[in-house]
Amino acid sequence: MAKKLMKGSEAIGEAAVQAGCRLFFGYPITPQNEIPEYMSLRLPQVGGCFVQAESEVAASNMLYGAAGTGERVMTSSSSPGISLMSEAVSYLAGAELPVVIVNIVRAGPGLGGILPSQGDYFQATRGMGHGDFRLLVLAPWSVQEAADLVQDAFDLADFYRNPVMVLGDGLIGQMMEPVEFRSDRQPIKELQPKTWAATGCPGDRPTNIINSLFLDPEELERHNWKLKAKYDAMARDEIRSAVYAADDDYDVLIVAYGTVARVCSTAIDELRERGVRVAMVRPITLFPFPYQAIRDAALRASSVLVVELSTGQMIEDVRLALEGARPIHFHSRVGGMLVTPDEVIEKVDRILAGGAAEVSHG
Amino acid sequence: MAETVFSRPGALAPVITHYCPGCTHGIIHRLIAEVIDELGIRERTVGISPVGCAVLAYNYFTVDFQEASHGRAPAVATGIKRARPDLIVFTYQGDGDLASIGMAEIVHCANRGEKVTVVFVNNAIYGMTGGQMAPTTLPGQIATTCPLGRDVEQAGHPIRIAELLSTLRTPSFVARAAVHTPLHAVNAKEMLRRAFRYQVAGTCFSLVEVLSTCPTNWGVPPVEANRWLAQNMMPFYPLGVFKTPDGADRAPTPGAGD
Repeated sequence: MAKKLMKGSEAIGEAAVQAGCRLFFGYPITPQNEIPEYMSLRLPQVGGCFVQAESEVAASNMLYGAAGTGERVMTSSSSPGISLMSEAVSYLAGAELPVVIVNIVRAGPGLGGILPSQGDYFQATRGMGHGDFRLLVLAPWSVQEAADLVQDAFDLADFYRNPVMVLGDGLIGQMMEPVEFRSDRQPIKELQPKTWAATGCPGDRPTNIINSLFLDPEELERHNWKLKAKYDAMARDEIRSAVYAADDDYDVLIVAYGTVARVCSTAIDELRERGVRVAMVRPITLFPFPYQAIRDAALRASSVLVVELSTGQMIEDVRLALEGARPIHFHSRVGGMLVTPDEVIEKVDRILAGGAAEVSHG
Repeated sequence: MAETVFSRPGALAPVITHYCPGCTHGIIHRLIAEVIDELGIRERTVGISPVGCAVLAYNYFTVDFQEASHGRAPAVATGIKRARPDLIVFTYQGDGDLASIGMAEIVHCANRGEKVTVVFVNNAIYGMTGGQMAPTTLPGQIATTCPLGRDVEQAGHPIRIAELLSTLRTPSFVARAAVHTPLHAVNAKEMLRRAFRYQVAGTCFSLVEVLSTCPTNWGVPPVEANRWLAQNMMPFYPLGVFKTPDGADRAPTPGAGD
């Protein structure tokens, strides 16, 4: 299929359709409305169904019901709406239902603002709801990668029977870039028939029950360890990261994800032109986090710079990765303000001149 | 040869329920199972169990089930029915679940006209959590969170769900029944049969509110619970059909009990 210029939100919607998603449940919230709007027009064209729910609470439970039939289903929202979905996401994880959730993150806390942010990193990577569970979290840095990751997300959700979140921000949703959908795309995992789905109980087969209730603590403990084994398998098999300008030697390693990494790549290009030796490692999976890749890349540098649109969330994982092996610097903008390439350049210059303090807080 | 004239419905699992003596959940389960058998829909039915005393309903039927979080069964039902319109989908919900925490979900499910069936069991109290005040608890009725009786100045009046949902413009079938006597149970089964038939025909949303007893949390013996229901609940919650999809709404009910 030829490349097509698409807005990020539309590419995310089309990617879901290409991946076989036929059901979308959502509720309006800025800045992600283009995704449900796209799906409301597109899904009926392919025999699917779009429902505008009465709330994110209802949308996420519609997602639960539809996923329980074995169909491929998706919702999208933005930070406050994702908070409302966190109840259902816990149930989805407990009942082991495969769904794809897109969070176009806006600045918070509370109502916050409607401009881009990475303030939901903790929420996405630390379980997101009550109980002991994880989401698989994917963070694209381009419209093409958003489209690719959404399609992969459906395969990963089905394979692990677990919710998968695509974590973007308003920049990803709004920017237009060429996108290519490959017609010969194959699933990235070997997928089994969904024999667990509740679709009516023929003959004498035991009933299929979609459920997260385990009143017997021994049974629930077994269930908890079974879920943990899935998260361990994700950490073993699904970690993704990319490096930028790391072929040559470097003194400073930038760690950034999503659209911030995009900004940093522009800064790195300009710094390299001046002969400044700087490179980047970019987590693509936020859970499982690429601890080893970041550590390996950092050990080639003399110092590390974490750049993110929060007051310091991913930096905690970078600290875990480095375990004190290298000094860590931090640069961020929050509240919907964006990091600029010039800010990153100035920060790198200061680090190399010895004038930048290491972070003393997480 | 002896002829079998009475047996367990095929849609009902051959297990002993956990329900208290005198609780009417068991009767309502059986009526639903009989209707499923009679309509021949067992193999394409998916039930949704609630949070509350009927949380384990998925163990008592021989149909596939999904367990919903508190109040969300109508949203889960929506998801199932939109994904698989060929399935017969029913929720089984209590009054705390449907009329309190799940009020938004039930109103919008009915208003969208989802082709699902809701069995709403109203026993005027929270059962599983231990007898707290429900949105359907009667004025003056004692519960653990209104130990002096429901004060309508503080808690408002009980919510009449069948009446409330019958005000929606979207076509639906809405009825209220009871099961505390055999005759009432026969009528309740007829209401359930109509509700499921409307879904099988793809006609409309359907809801049957069933007045139910809770001897344990009401603090009365089972037989007295049946009397209490007749004397106190039925005047406030009149039985009958409140709305049919052809638009023939029931006339406003007299304010009995006010």
